[in-house]
Amino acid sequence: MGKKVALDGNAAAAHAIRQINPDVIAAFPITPSTQIPMTVSSFIADGLMDTELVTVESEHSAMSACVGAAAAGGRVMTATAAQGLALMWEILYIASSMRLPMVTVIAARALNAPLNIHGDHSDVMGARDAGWIQLFCEDAQEVYDSIIQAIKISENKDVLTPVMVVMDGFNTTHSVEVWEMEEDERVKEFIGEYEPKYPLLDVSRKITYGAWAPPSEYFEHKVNQLTGIIRARPVVKKVGEEFGKVFGRSYDCFELYKLDDAEYAIVMMGSAAGTAKDVVDVLREDGVKAGLLKIRMFRPFPAEEIKEALGNVKVVATLDRVIPAGAYGSPLFNEVRSALYDAPKRPMVIDYIYGLGGRDIQPKHFKEVYENLQRIAKTGKIEKMLDFINIRGKWGK
Amino acid sequence: MKIGEKVQWNELLTGGVIEDPGNSIDYKTGSWRIERPIWNKEACINCMFCWVYCPDSSIKVDKDGNMAGINYDFCKGCGICVKECPKPGALAMVLEADIEKKGMDVVFKETFGGK
Repeated sequence: MGKKVALDGNAAAAHAIRQINPDVIAAFPITPSTQIPMTVSSFIADGLMDTELVTVESEHSAMSACVGAAAAGGRVMTATAAQGLALMWEILYIASSMRLPMVTVIAARALNAPLNIHGDHSDVMGARDAGWIQLFCEDAQEVYDSIIQAIKISENKDVLTPVMVVMDGFNTTHSVEVWEMEEDERVKEFIGEYEPKYPLLDVSRKITYGAWAPPSEYFEHKVNQLTGIIRARPVVKKVGEEFGKVFGRSYDCFELYKLDDAEYAIVMMGSAAGTAKDVVDVLREDGVKAGLLKIRMFRPFPAEEIKEALGNVKVVATLDRVIPAGAYGSPLFNEVRSALYDAPKRPMVIDYIYGLGGRDIQPKHFKEVYENLQRIAKTGKIEKMLDFINIRGKWGK
Repeated sequence: MKIGEKVQWNELLTGGVIEDPGNSIDYKTGSWRIERPIWNKEACINCMFCWVYCPDSSIKVDKDGNMAGINYDFCKGCGICVKECPKPGALAMVLEADIEKKGMDVVFKETFGGK
């Protein structure tokens, strides 16, 4: 049996890493993810792990060392945030295109400038097209559970694609919560032994990684790469179910909260989904048919399933934690709205941005969103396609 | 996998891995060449500067360590050998198009004179 512990999200990540005991971790500290490699290094110093911890001089080097270690055939992990993830950007693509399994824990944080160390999804959304699987977590329990599952998803023979496990900086990384830690042996048993497909250290089989591909070859390689992340969709679901059978907490690509008969739905990711659930409960007591779709897997995007889940909703609001930067809408809005384009009864969709740089989002803000959705359903008119939650000053006309 | 064999995207190895390292030898970079260095054996003093400077290991060496010609399968025609050659009339750059048009013998005579 597992035991209940009261620890924050970073500690949950560190304990999952301790139990996984990977061959190599190459990491560089950055707020708010620092406590992950810091705690892991204490575990190593205390003899609780035998991981090779490579203390590099930058995140670019951290990801580079991870790529080398994974190509060698090791089970590899790291953690980072914000500017650190941005600095890894070049090598993120190399890890995914070489189809190297590894797990990176992201303490999602705003990108500078202005200088800000607090939570939002700017960093992760910047890496959304890097070819990595992205799993967003709501709380410490999900962080712990998802990291363990991510190892199995990443190493799956059909997938062989790196995974980012994302938690909200400070909201989750530094909030002490009660969650269940499983026994070391049972976690080891769940993830199993890693058998790399093309280990460089297997000298009996000479291979080359990262060779040159001219215009006559490159395109085919990128299409081949795409199959790995596409095949992750059923694997994330399957591993989530297996996890549920063993540990009692099942996972899917997303979570539907009171959505069956909902007329007004919010779609979002991360820690604030917990607040949204409370607001849905209150509204339901008042007879408002409110619901929530919490996306866990943003990449690959589960478009078909979302189309089905939101098919009977009247009005949908996507809540994203990143500035759209000149795009038509936020990343979540564009994905969700595009998925719904072919739905038989296409719901109306509006776009909200919240929580940039650690800005709070409270129950009253969610209530306002649901009120707006009801107003739109009643009048059939959308006044603002895009709005910002809890900012000073009015956006738009 | 031989370079130049046109494989479909679903026949490639996962992660772009290559199972026969060194297969770049099948890729004849000489096809990139617009100008070609030509060698006049009579004038050459075998100082091997060309061999030292060639970035593509395309200077051939005989068993005695002397200059033995240029490997046109891989010479990209960068011209470094000609630039570094200290002996006038031993190496020169000529246009591939001229060789095609006039033939090697004519171009050689035009460049180095003599026979």
